[in-house]
Amino acid sequence: MPAIATAAPATSVPPPVETVTVKVNGRTVVVPKTMPDWQGKPQLTTMLQAARLGGVEIPHYCYHDKLPVVGNCRMCLVEFGTPVMNSATRKPVLNEDGTPKIARSVLPYEPGTPRGAITCATPISPGMEIYADSPATKQMREAVLEFLLINHPLDCPICDQAGECKLQEYSVQHGQATSEFVETKVHKPKAVDLGPRIMLDDERCILCTRCIRFTKDIAGDDALGIVNRGSYNSVAAYPGRKFDNNYSLNTVDICPVGALTSKDFRFKMRVWFLKETRSLCTSCGTGCNIVIGSREDTIHRFEPRDNAAVNSSWMCDSGRLNYKWIGRPDRLRDVGVRGERSTWSAALRELHAALAQAPMGSVAIIAGARQTTEELYLLKRLAERFGAATDSVPRTGAADGFLVAADRNCNTQGARLTGIWSGTMGAQIPRIAEGIRTGKVRTLLVFGEDVTRYGIGEELLASLETLVVSDILPSATTRAAHYLLPGCAAAEKRGTFVNVKGRLQKFLKAVEAPGDARPEWEFLSDLVEGGVSRKVPATLEGVFNQMVREIPAFSGLEWARIGDTGAAVPL
Amino acid sequence: MDSNHDKQIQSLLCYRYTIGQCGTGEKIERKSIESSIAMPQELKLILKHADEPGYGPDIGCYLKHGGYETLKKALKAPGRELPDGKKLSAQEAFRGDVRTSGLRGRGGAGFSAGLKWSFVDRSSGKPIYLICNADESEPGTFKDRQILHKDPHQLIEGMVLSCWANDVKLAYIYIRGEFPEGARLLNRALAEAREKEFLGKNILGTGYDLEIWVHRGAGAYICGEETGLIESLEGKRAYPRIKPPYFPAVLGLYLCPTIVNNVETLCHVKHIAAMGPAEFARLGTPNNTGTRIVSLSGDVQHPGYFEVEVGKVTIGELIFHENFGRGLKPGRQLKAVIPGGSSSKVLKAGEVFSLKRKGADGQMIPVDVPMLDLPYDFDSLQSAGTMSGSGAVIVMDDSRSMVDALANLAEFYAHESCGQCTPCREGALWMAKGLHRLTHGGGRKEDAAYLTHIAQNIQGRTICAFGEAAAWPVLSFVEKFWEEFQARGEADAAARTEAGSGANSNLKPYSYA
Repeated sequence: MPAIATAAPATSVPPPVETVTVKVNGRTVVVPKTMPDWQGKPQLTTMLQAARLGGVEIPHYCYHDKLPVVGNCRMCLVEFGTPVMNSATRKPVLNEDGTPKIARSVLPYEPGTPRGAITCATPISPGMEIYADSPATKQMREAVLEFLLINHPLDCPICDQAGECKLQEYSVQHGQATSEFVETKVHKPKAVDLGPRIMLDDERCILCTRCIRFTKDIAGDDALGIVNRGSYNSVAAYPGRKFDNNYSLNTVDICPVGALTSKDFRFKMRVWFLKETRSLCTSCGTGCNIVIGSREDTIHRFEPRDNAAVNSSWMCDSGRLNYKWIGRPDRLRDVGVRGERSTWSAALRELHAALAQAPMGSVAIIAGARQTTEELYLLKRLAERFGAATDSVPRTGAADGFLVAADRNCNTQGARLTGIWSGTMGAQIPRIAEGIRTGKVRTLLVFGEDVTRYGIGEELLASLETLVVSDILPSATTRAAHYLLPGCAAAEKRGTFVNVKGRLQKFLKAVEAPGDARPEWEFLSDLVEGGVSRKVPATLEGVFNQMVREIPAFSGLEWARIGDTGAAVPL
Repeated sequence: MDSNHDKQIQSLLCYRYTIGQCGTGEKIERKSIESSIAMPQELKLILKHADEPGYGPDIGCYLKHGGYETLKKALKAPGRELPDGKKLSAQEAFRGDVRTSGLRGRGGAGFSAGLKWSFVDRSSGKPIYLICNADESEPGTFKDRQILHKDPHQLIEGMVLSCWANDVKLAYIYIRGEFPEGARLLNRALAEAREKEFLGKNILGTGYDLEIWVHRGAGAYICGEETGLIESLEGKRAYPRIKPPYFPAVLGLYLCPTIVNNVETLCHVKHIAAMGPAEFARLGTPNNTGTRIVSLSGDVQHPGYFEVEVGKVTIGELIFHENFGRGLKPGRQLKAVIPGGSSSKVLKAGEVFSLKRKGADGQMIPVDVPMLDLPYDFDSLQSAGTMSGSGAVIVMDDSRSMVDALANLAEFYAHESCGQCTPCREGALWMAKGLHRLTHGGGRKEDAAYLTHIAQNIQGRTICAFGEAAAWPVLSFVEKFWEEFQARGEADAAARTEAGSGANSNLKPYSYA
């Protein structure tokens, strides 16, 4: 008996799904009759999808789950067979052993030659057999790879794609060692400046048109096309136009070869040296899932990471390139107490003592909505200890209708759910300013904001008894701090953010923070532990798990159980 | 029969004896030749008037010759009741007529026109479009241009009938860019037809509305491929679509059900309406009904276009008969025939094919048929491993180098490959480069196998039939003239050895740019 792999979704109440039974490399596989297409609409399940559900990945270049299917690369050609039907009874013809008789696909005009089907676009039919490893299938792949390579420059040693190039990978897996090609290669434009962030090498291009389809059908900017004919075909931006939409760099990700390169990343780093860390973009409230590529504590690139509930496979260029500040030389590296360099233990001991003196109602906290949920939770606990007013600073811009949200804070909802703000974000700030002016507020804690830009000027800050500031980069506020506590960028720590749609997502640490900078949750833990009676766990998992017990919206969540794509929380 | 004719028959017989090493025997050959001598002649259905002196493309002339009478009758025709009591509308009945007439598409594939119409999705609620494919681009083909230039109203009448039968309200004529005069004449004819109420709103007072627009191509062979044509008509690059899912009958122009028919096919629709399907089917031979216009070119004395009953004339007759090609040029021997446009597989002089024929007892029996005795129809040529395609017969005599001829064809296909899918894009130019090398002193002994290897990796693996179109000439030329290809490569290799030069040192890079 062949093993049976079912592709039924493992949800609690599986809806009745009409299935089709096919064979993939001799293995019986039961798959849904329809599956979502690139737009999520149900369409007849394709051979490629069925094979994937059967555990067989069919090599492909032009096909992409999130793009319209065009079937041009021919890499996914696979030999197949279909049951022979009795034309009169419409029933399958059986072999002597009772198994259905299968007719292998052949060329109609040359019945001795197998005919492949492009699995990306060919729907399965009951009883179909997919021969993803047959000699004929392998020969078709070898031939397509040979065709793709005859005019390719084979400049892998200096190609940015090397190491993550599908031409390289498939050549190893499916290619042949030699080619009969003895002609002169086609030469095409090199280092074509397509736009402000993209450089194109037309000779490396295999003309899969993923970039063209992405910008037309996903980004809504019909900026790219193909010019010339046949082997001289070249991808180009429309004459006089720049390929400059805010999603252009996604084409670099989906380019299966080294044709489209990011000007930012080009010639900077061999990809095999990069450590990949699952993280989140912090440039707006969408919370695009990303992979941070870093080497030796230097970040080299952000790339989008698939999350159907958030960003599909994409991210905007502005978010992607918003990482350079993390490595700025003027990062806050030292713990400071009244302008003097200090140590964490000394500063926290002194600060703890100072806070212990603070009367109820004399403390206020302004916590940026770009701090992690765990940090905001700890700050709220601290605030409760002093009956402190808390608030965040709103930060907005125009939404683009695709991924960029109007909310430019990455954790506005986390700040709301932890109780840092309610009603209207920022509404408390004038009252806190007034409190300082009247002398009611004597202690101010500021995390991740330059409050001098939001109505609490330097003269007000100077009138405080105690000003505690944690930040990443220097500002007028950090310069006024009595206690300066250098914090971390998201890439330098772990934590969670809640996006604008209420998706709680976690991110991991990619690089070390500079100098003495520490993740804020760590020293906040110390502060809260000293400042309130109950014990705060000293691990992030512990802080998180305690937080979810106290905040109803997070009820039932557990750090270890939040997958790579996060969990929905009620807003 | 004039003396010239006798000479031709003589030359035909001589030719047969010279190359006649087939196992069919002399008697059979003689008989087949004799029987065909009396028969072959043109039967002009579509080109009935086109070449008559004084016949012009204006509507007055067309009407004087009975034009649009068929349309008038058809639009007034009542429905039809079948023997089983089922009632058919006039349109349904006519669609059935086209199917029973046996009409097969004249553009290249020879698919049943009626069957194609029957695939149209009539339940989608979307408009149904009809497109006349007037992109006649297959090298060797010059039949549609005769109709377009000399009798455009016949095409329009055929189109209006076809549109009416298929509930089409908007139709297009996609005409190749190289036919500016054809486009001008068509536009004038359409204006005339509109004026006479054969086109536009409320045609002939029947309440039926139809508009036809002319769309000019911009000079690309691939626009003749029906889904490439549709893309082009939509204003896009003419990249053929994948099938499935984009079968024109379901997801055609603007993703609506669409019929794409060749110029000649649509003209035949008019004649099916005029003479009835049974009468039409009596023309030609079973399963190969009607007439078709053959474009005869190459090394014959009398090249031109000839409208013949399908299957009633053999290839040999087309080349040698007084009514057609009138034989080869003096002193020449036949070498090869490309029977259905440049993409069809070449036939070699002296080849014999085993075809299935109905014997006296009604059983199908294999019969050996020499190449020249192949009836010029869809099925016989398919049985002979090639196709009648667009009806273009290209004759090559012994003065021709098959290597040079193939290099020429390969250059065409490399230039015309749209470049959408990998095997054709890379393979077509690769073959052209190899053949350029072989014809410019850089040949190698292994080039015959090299070219075959490339072509085999193209055919059957592409989005559209262009893959076959590019591969088949190479596969058939090289296979059937293997020695000639090998000899050329060997000669080059020997010359290089003598000169002491490297493999390709005398070659310049090959580029169209």
